[in-house]
Amino acid sequence: MTFIAILSIFVLACFVGYFVVWSVTPALHTPLMAVTNAISSVIIVGALVAAAAAGSGMAKGLGLVAVVLASINIFGGFAVTQRMLAMYKKKERPAK
Amino acid sequence: MHEVAANPWVAFAYLVAGVCFILALRGLSSPASSQRGNRLGMVGMTIAVVTTLVTHEIASLPEMLAAIAVGGAIGIVTARRIAMTAMPQLVAAFHSLVGLAAVLVGIAAYLNPMAFGIAELVTPMIGPPFATIHIASRVEMALGVAIGAITFSGSVIAFLKLNGNMGGTPILLPARHAINLAILVAIGLLVALFAQSQAPWAFWTITLLSFAIGFLLIVPIGGADMPVVVSMLNSYSGWAAAAMGFTLGNGAMIITGALVGASGAILSYIMCRAMNRSFVSVIAGGFGAVSDAGGGGTAIDRPWKRGSAEDAAFLMSQAEQVVIVPGYGMAVAQAQHVLREMADRLKAQGVRVKYAIHPVAGRMPGHMNVLLAEANVPYDEVFELEDINGDFAQTDVAFVIGANDVTNPAAKTDKSSPIYGMPVLDVEKARNVLFIKRSMGGVGYAGVDNALFYRDNTMMLLADAKKMVEEIVKALG
Repeated sequence: MTFIAILSIFVLACFVGYFVVWSVTPALHTPLMAVTNAISSVIIVGALVAAAAAGSGMAKGLGLVAVVLASINIFGGFAVTQRMLAMYKKKERPAK
Repeated sequence: MHEVAANPWVAFAYLVAGVCFILALRGLSSPASSQRGNRLGMVGMTIAVVTTLVTHEIASLPEMLAAIAVGGAIGIVTARRIAMTAMPQLVAAFHSLVGLAAVLVGIAAYLNPMAFGIAELVTPMIGPPFATIHIASRVEMALGVAIGAITFSGSVIAFLKLNGNMGGTPILLPARHAINLAILVAIGLLVALFAQSQAPWAFWTITLLSFAIGFLLIVPIGGADMPVVVSMLNSYSGWAAAAMGFTLGNGAMIITGALVGASGAILSYIMCRAMNRSFVSVIAGGFGAVSDAGGGGTAIDRPWKRGSAEDAAFLMSQAEQVVIVPGYGMAVAQAQHVLREMADRLKAQGVRVKYAIHPVAGRMPGHMNVLLAEANVPYDEVFELEDINGDFAQTDVAFVIGANDVTNPAAKTDKSSPIYGMPVLDVEKARNVLFIKRSMGGVGYAGVDNALFYRDNTMMLLADAKKMVEEIVKALG
């Protein structure tokens, strides 16, 4: 991809983020932080590339450590978000 | 750039992952769609990871899977065990991990640029061949490492403060603004230098200075400003991921980075607006360090009324509508469950119960909502500031538990008050105010006395929040 293509994606994604996040209900701001934290661990892609590559042993080691860190975030972030979201319930019907 | 460019389906897969993440956030627009959104987020992450694994020549798959398994196990166990009241610390800790991962990836890219497809191998006349990294990539990786390092050290400090390992009061160094500014300028200059020369010392100095600045920036910020700090670090972790996405030319990382960056920035803005303070003044720090601020000097001897749990129970059971205003004190006392029990008793007696949440109540955005949800309070009984403020005039009892500054009427009337102009909950308009507080001595975070305590219609309930509510529940029978 050319730099300008990447930049276009980035700028448009910023706008998408702006509108999507404003539509998040304030009651879910904590889960929002937890889930954004989980998805920002997509940086694991970079960590995997580093860990996969032959060549510098040092780079590989750092990549592996980064894979561990990002995995903690991915699994932990999504799991804790799920746990929180499962708690949000509507009022029970009087009949119940 | 490298393998990614060779096969258009790969870029497409990353795009799909990015779209999944957008939909994950979109799902949070209502609690009903939120769980589906979260699952889409997991799908997106799986797509991104699997795509990476199948499109790269992997020398050591078992090692990598082991690394994922180890991280995943730690993550899941932590997520299961963590108490809901500790959520702000957990989020700060998670941010620090993203930051550190970004730094490590950046360093790995610097050490082995050929693997990332961001360098040409140059064979000079004399000496061994070396890799020259593309200039754009140098800037991207330097920025990624810098932002990642700031996120890491800043989040560690935020974690220590939120977790109580470090005092919540701001620590002020002399000339800190000058030092911070100098370091930031130095980082900027070094990035430019690194872009030109690819000098190793510049790269490592950027890394070290960025760790230092993250630390220095957060240390002077007080405990109750943490909602802004945590959101800001959230934003930074996104920008770090985006910078790495540029380095790798990876659509999923860029989209995600932009989403997270925007999300954190908006949350910081919302928090600042709710405190009527500028982002710069929060980041400059020091708020809450001095308690001799104006607006409360004459407070000590004014008369106030003290009530008992029985008084409170009686008042509320006679009420038509009770509005509960929770704050950080509720979280500290872990009083949310017994609070909901109290609300249940009241509802059984025909009292209408609502909850009023100030945007900065607690230590992170939405903190109170999560705790109430944990205690099984239905979310349609919980209202935001602007939706409920008109209601207080028709409310018989406002029940303030662990909140202080967000109820202070001085924010509306006293121009000399440090919190003047901050939007507050109009609890004093309720016919009666019950205010739970441990003792009369302490003041809220802003160091301001609360004029609410001395009003005729206010009854102070001096006790630990949880114990007091337990007694009220008993008195309600």
